Amino acid sequence: MYEIIAFYTFSALVIGLFGIVVLSKNALYSMTALAGGMVFISGFFFILDAEFLGVVQIVVYTGAIMALYAFGMMFFDTTRDVKEDIRCKKIFYTLSILSAVLVLIVLSAPIFSANIEAIYPTLEGVGNVQTIGLLLFTKYLVAFELAAIMLLVAMIAGIVLVGKKLDAQSDDLEVAKELK
Amino acid sequence: MEKYLYIALFAPLVGSLFVALFASRPKMLFTGILASAFIGISMIASFVLLFHVYNHEPLHVEMMDWISAGNIDIPFGFIVDEVSVIMMVTVTLVSTVVHVYSIGYMDHDKSFNRFFTYLSAFVFSMLILVMSDNFVGLFIGWEGVGLCSWMLIGFWYHKHSASWAANEAFIMNRIADLGMLMGLFLIYWNVGSLQYSDVFEAVKTLNPALVGTIGVLLFIGAMGKSAQFPLHTWLADAMEGPTPVSALIHAATMVTAGVYLVIRCGEIYTIIPQVGFGIACLGAFVAVFAASMALVNNDLKRIIAYSTLSQLGYMFVAGGLGAYWIALFHLMTHAFFKSLLFLGAGNVMHAMHDELNIKKMGGLYGSMKATAILMSVASVALAGIYPFAGFFSKDKILEVAFNEGAYFLWFALFIGAGLTAFYSFRLVMLVFFGEKKYGHELHPHEAQPFVIYALMPLGLLAAISGFFEHSFREFTTRLLSDYGVHLEHHIEVILIASTLGIAISGIAFAIYMYGKRGGFSACWEKSFGYKVLSNQYYIPKLYEMVIIKPFGVASEFMWKKIDVKIVDFTVDLIARVLYASGEKSRKMQSGNLSDMLRWMIVGIVILLALAIFYRPMV
Amino acid sequence: MIGLEHYLVLTGILFSIGIVGVIRRTNLLMLFFSTEILLNAVNIGFAAVSKYYGDLNGQIFSFFIIAIAASEVAVGLGLLVLWYKKEGTIDLTSLQMMKG
Repeated sequence: MYEIIAFYTFSALVIGLFGIVVLSKNALYSMTALAGGMVFISGFFFILDAEFLGVVQIVVYTGAIMALYAFGMMFFDTTRDVKEDIRCKKIFYTLSILSAVLVLIVLSAPIFSANIEAIYPTLEGVGNVQTIGLLLFTKYLVAFELAAIMLLVAMIAGIVLVGKKLDAQSDDLEVAKELK
Repeated sequence: MEKYLYIALFAPLVGSLFVALFASRPKMLFTGILASAFIGISMIASFVLLFHVYNHEPLHVEMMDWISAGNIDIPFGFIVDEVSVIMMVTVTLVSTVVHVYSIGYMDHDKSFNRFFTYLSAFVFSMLILVMSDNFVGLFIGWEGVGLCSWMLIGFWYHKHSASWAANEAFIMNRIADLGMLMGLFLIYWNVGSLQYSDVFEAVKTLNPALVGTIGVLLFIGAMGKSAQFPLHTWLADAMEGPTPVSALIHAATMVTAGVYLVIRCGEIYTIIPQVGFGIACLGAFVAVFAASMALVNNDLKRIIAYSTLSQLGYMFVAGGLGAYWIALFHLMTHAFFKSLLFLGAGNVMHAMHDELNIKKMGGLYGSMKATAILMSVASVALAGIYPFAGFFSKDKILEVAFNEGAYFLWFALFIGAGLTAFYSFRLVMLVFFGEKKYGHELHPHEAQPFVIYALMPLGLLAAISGFFEHSFREFTTRLLSDYGVHLEHHIEVILIASTLGIAISGIAFAIYMYGKRGGFSACWEKSFGYKVLSNQYYIPKLYEMVIIKPFGVASEFMWKKIDVKIVDFTVDLIARVLYASGEKSRKMQSGNLSDMLRWMIVGIVILLALAIFYRPMV
Repeated sequence: MIGLEHYLVLTGILFSIGIVGVIRRTNLLMLFFSTEILLNAVNIGFAAVSKYYGDLNGQIFSFFIIAIAASEVAVGLGLLVLWYKKEGTIDLTSLQMMKG
């Protein structure tokens, strides 16, 4: 019963918040709505017995990503409303509706192969975090390590890109010319 | 023994490939010597094999699997039996002489090295042809000699006539090879194998009509290679090539490949005597037909070429009538004296600075004694005078024709023998005797001594090889079906005497006319018959009118109407549509990222639609 | 009891919202928000399938998707800041150099 209530509440909230994200003219509103939506999505994970994912969702999205966006927005002028004129409204509406309908059909279509056998079944009596940990450090170890490297690279790239001075570029060019 | 087989087969290839490294360089003497040495090695190995086969048994080796796909299983096998070993010895012997001779003959040619590359490659192909133990190998060699012949006829490719002649020979052979190829397909279809042994075993049980078709198709192939009527015109034109080439390819070896095929497939032709008889009739016709053209021609090499044609006709008569060993015997003796004749003609050409018209020669005996004697020996052998080689082999063919009761064939060959004697001595008389008709600025000189020495073995063989008749018969009939002439003794004597008689009278007439009277009067040359003969019965003209011109018109039509207006148009249309669509869709790339994102969504929508509506066949 | 279909429909709705955002937004920062919505919608789908089939692979995939989202934001924001410094705007219409 609680599950049903929770599901519908979260659904309504998430859809509403994301709607604001997409439609709002103010960047600050959108970002706040996005952060809220992320938190509520973690609620779904908890309903689905995926505690680990729920925690990661809160930590990474609301903690890290949204913080990044917040810092990023400091660079931009966010108090002004974003001016966006939608060109070719007809195309916009057709595409939106068409893709929405198609996605819905695909996802709500009855699943044919209902008798899928789990390759890595959830273990009885063992916590979700434990099983995920087992899987991550055995079968998905290489992917996990690669993801770690990817994050490291992304972090360095972010720092370098933001910290780069624009004149440095032209300096580089001059140095290159002199070298030639 | 196997190693001798491989040496005999691959020594020419090694020589050819090695010399090919220097093909584009200026003349290097060692290339000629090396190539000759390799052919010499091959010849020695062939003789070793001859003695082995003579004393022991035939060799049969399978070098490796070659084609093995589905039901086809063709090994790369070689057989050295009584027939192929005779061919090998003949080919390598003549080739060696021709190689050595070429060192002298091509002395001043700037493509000296290239010439030896081709010549050795030819010998290799010819050996593949005769040694293969299956029809596919034979066909490979068959095409190989055709290719080498094309390269060698067109050796002086900067001369338009030479490249034209090369193409003519090649195309004529293509037509014939199509027939042969269809014959091979037919064999494979019905027998399921292309090994000689399997095929000859199987044809005995096949439907005779089918075997007849196979026989005719194979013979069409032989007709092309051996330049039988109506595919004969290329042989005379092929004389554009260097003279050693004419001697080796167009007298001694390649053109006899057709005869070899008939001999090799003797077991097929024995089943279908009607086809064999047809071959014999065609052979007899060509024998007289070609000889008549040789009577009036003034081109030194063409006369010999027509004579080759006529002698090939003789061989086909023997082969067609089932006297395979006699055909092979004539093939061998003919290879000796005809290549000798050609090589002698090469000496004369050199002495006369490439003059070919025998009407402008004469009296060369004084300055070229050795060549004159050698060519006279070859001519006597060709005419078939006892005790020279031609007498034994050619006379046998006449006896065969008589023995079979085909008297008109015999009569045609009989006339042919007279004509042969006449034209060969007309040539000898006009070239070597009589009064000088060339200018005083020319000082004919004899060829280099080693060239003459190289010709000696051929001269010797032309003179004496006839005496091997009995051992030859005993040897080859181990494999080939024996053919004995069963005539009463006095008839045989009369036949021999009459043949000898007509040959001698032909010679005597030639000597009398050109020696004493100085040739025929000019009014002969205006007569209708003379014109017909000197224009080769107007056959080349006829071919041009009936085949070449309509073909040209048809090609023009196909090009202007069908190719340009339909094929090209279609291709252009595709290109234009693509170009136009590119031009139109270029606008998609507006550079606006927002638009691009929309396009991406369009792509997603299409993919989703596919995911929903497309059901793969389960 | 909530069925799998409920979650999948929710996923579909959120994904569609994301797509609408992608089409509509011309502000680059907002565009990034929309992509985050797309990724999150898929995450919910994965987690739900994982639960209803009792297979942990779905959760693992969600996990990696989150990792990818994090890296994407880091690099994307860096580029965005750079662009803003250079041009003074983060509107998509300022990116017109890739004209065909």
